[in-house]
Amino acid sequence: MSRWIDEALAEHAQAEHEHSAHEPLTPAGRAELPLAEAQDREQQVLDRIDRARRRRPKVREERVTMSHGAGGKATHTLIEAVFLDAFRNPLLEPLEDAAALQVNGARIALTTDSYVVSPLFFPGGDIGDLAVNGTVNDLSVSGARPLYLSAGFILEEGFPVAELTRLAESMRDAAAAAGVHIVTGDTKVVQKGKADGCYINTAGVGVIERDIDLGVAHAQPGDAIIVSGPIGDHGVTIMLARGELDIEADIESDTAPLNHLVAGLLDQVPSVRAMRDATRGGVATILNEIARAADVGVLVSEDDIPVRAEVRGASELLGIDPMYVACEGRLVAVVPGQDAEAAVAALRAHPLGEQAAVIGHVRQEQPGIVQLKTAFGGTRIVDLLVGDPLPRIC
Amino acid sequence: MRFVDEFRDADKAHALAAKIAALCEPGRQYKLMEVCGGHTHTIYKHGLEDYLPESITLVHGPGCPVCVIPMGRVDDAIHLASQPDVIMTSFGDMMRVPGSGGSFFDANAEGTNIRMVYSPLDSLKLARQNPGKQVVFMAIGFETTAPSTAMTMIRAAAEGLKNFSVFCNHVTIVPAIKAILDSPDLRLDGFIGPGHVSTVIGCRPYEFIARDYGKPVVVAGFEPLDILQSIYMLMLQLSQGRSEVENQYARVVPWDGNIVALKAIGQTMELRPYFEWRGLGFISHSALQVREKYAAMDAERLFQVPGVRVADPKACQCGEVLKGVLKPWECKVFGTACTPETPIGTCMVSPEGACAAYYNFGRMNRSRVAEAAQVGRP
Repeated sequence: MSRWIDEALAEHAQAEHEHSAHEPLTPAGRAELPLAEAQDREQQVLDRIDRARRRRPKVREERVTMSHGAGGKATHTLIEAVFLDAFRNPLLEPLEDAAALQVNGARIALTTDSYVVSPLFFPGGDIGDLAVNGTVNDLSVSGARPLYLSAGFILEEGFPVAELTRLAESMRDAAAAAGVHIVTGDTKVVQKGKADGCYINTAGVGVIERDIDLGVAHAQPGDAIIVSGPIGDHGVTIMLARGELDIEADIESDTAPLNHLVAGLLDQVPSVRAMRDATRGGVATILNEIARAADVGVLVSEDDIPVRAEVRGASELLGIDPMYVACEGRLVAVVPGQDAEAAVAALRAHPLGEQAAVIGHVRQEQPGIVQLKTAFGGTRIVDLLVGDPLPRIC
Repeated sequence: MRFVDEFRDADKAHALAAKIAALCEPGRQYKLMEVCGGHTHTIYKHGLEDYLPESITLVHGPGCPVCVIPMGRVDDAIHLASQPDVIMTSFGDMMRVPGSGGSFFDANAEGTNIRMVYSPLDSLKLARQNPGKQVVFMAIGFETTAPSTAMTMIRAAAEGLKNFSVFCNHVTIVPAIKAILDSPDLRLDGFIGPGHVSTVIGCRPYEFIARDYGKPVVVAGFEPLDILQSIYMLMLQLSQGRSEVENQYARVVPWDGNIVALKAIGQTMELRPYFEWRGLGFISHSALQVREKYAAMDAERLFQVPGVRVADPKACQCGEVLKGVLKPWECKVFGTACTPETPIGTCMVSPEGACAAYYNFGRMNRSRVAEAAQVGRP
């Protein structure tokens, strides 16, 4: 029998053994148990799963697979087990979109991101403006005013210079729109076949001028959860732009710089507790990060989540959930309940936030778990994504 | 959105739920099996169980194409994909299914070229683009997907493509239902019949269930109201002491099935004498193989397939889950050693698998949810 299964079994048996209060489960035929007893047993299993989920993650695979890049559970596991383990320090540990640093009394935010989207050009944008906006947004949702970016290019031998020029111009325009400058960079070329056209890395610094301390760990029961607009546009656009699906829809990527939208929100509602831009893994991933970091429950309502009809339609056809589809110009904000209306109003005052909406609340019950009230009227869990329905989305 | 929202109307659901509750005899427990994994997915995704009285239990059936593939077939597929100059194509669901040495994803990390496709026809495109390679399609699924494999083979033959073949793992639903009916472990009151399979095979093949076993069958659609209405139709039959095959999904399912699709299957494939199902063991005449006439497109004939039988891990109770004997959370390894990110059993892999559906969508105590709902929104 395969080794990995034995290892997995032994590991969990050991962990559960240490949790000695655990009661053994009865053998098969339990479906006939009286209802109350069955529910108790189910709760025991749920508790056991909860403990298993809180254990230190371990990378089981011997090699990196595509799942490790999907932004879901496998990505989290890889980051925590490999990178966090190796680099561990208090600035990295919160695993926020940008690190907040103190330099001679000034508060600086630093972030980096690499872009491998395929195709390079898509409706509503290209890898160039995506690379600028993505880094601007990581700084913005950290409460910083983005200032300077670096740009690193990994180019494949044979890549057309005309396309590279187009990308550079698009980056220039995106930087101008966001009010940042690209001040340093790097260029590498690899042999044909060793890369796919063009990959871009950007890093950015910004300054945190406000007296705020943002972080998903600050979420508290009673807080409202807000999205700044319709979700899933970018991911669905990329998927359709690849032309593999023979589906056409009138839809564009939402790639945009969020710094002005965020500034407007923070001006009006300084009590904002956390913000994240909903990129890889979508809104569902952020909700799970909130639930996990703050050890709170999250309840959202499907009816309240803005999704364009085109995105919903494509998602229905493909069997994917827009909650997991990437956006590149949307943020999720956690604000105290009493400030929810003001926050939505502040977001709606900006063109990028016209369809901002409260989608749910933070609560005490079921810590660590995100629940969705479905449009149909039922309830279900929204977990971290495991597989990768859409590789190379950003 | 049209054709979606009208099938998810909460008001209609409340009305149906009240009618269902009114049909429950006091003190009687009802067990209804949804045969198809697509139904399991819908039930959990929309939280449909919130509408059912506690006396009705939905039992998840074997109709999940990925779930019934035994480990040995995954190993065989990876062996095929490891042959020189082979590109394998597969539906996305299969990519994470564990064989004894890992999944297709792991195999790719080791150097195989297994690509995800949305349609078997995409394999033909690949075959045309890569004339020096053999493109092997990992064909899985019930009668729902078998016609698309058949049509792909027919088209490949018409084009004279020499580098396309099929690793055929198609299975048929009726023998599996019969195995469950004959299993002593389980007493069911009725079946929510598989909708998509029935678009191909029609409703007649289920008549023996009503006639010989006295169990009602309602072929159901895949929207939550479809399923709720089917439960109502089953409860109505039970309350009136009837056992018949009824078609809730008449907007898609013709009573006699799709003759063109059935002919395409018959032209290219034939029944295997027997086939191993994960957890259910060998079931005779329960799967399809490529016909002699299409031998040139049969990966099992073109390559040496080891065909080693790999026993299921002892701890894995997929078989009991597939038969509906155990609820997913009752499996010993559920949610701890076996999770969607590191699945041991197939039921934890496919979005249609009962364990994955429960883990991803239903992992909460419904009685507590109900209590919380009565207290009001937090």
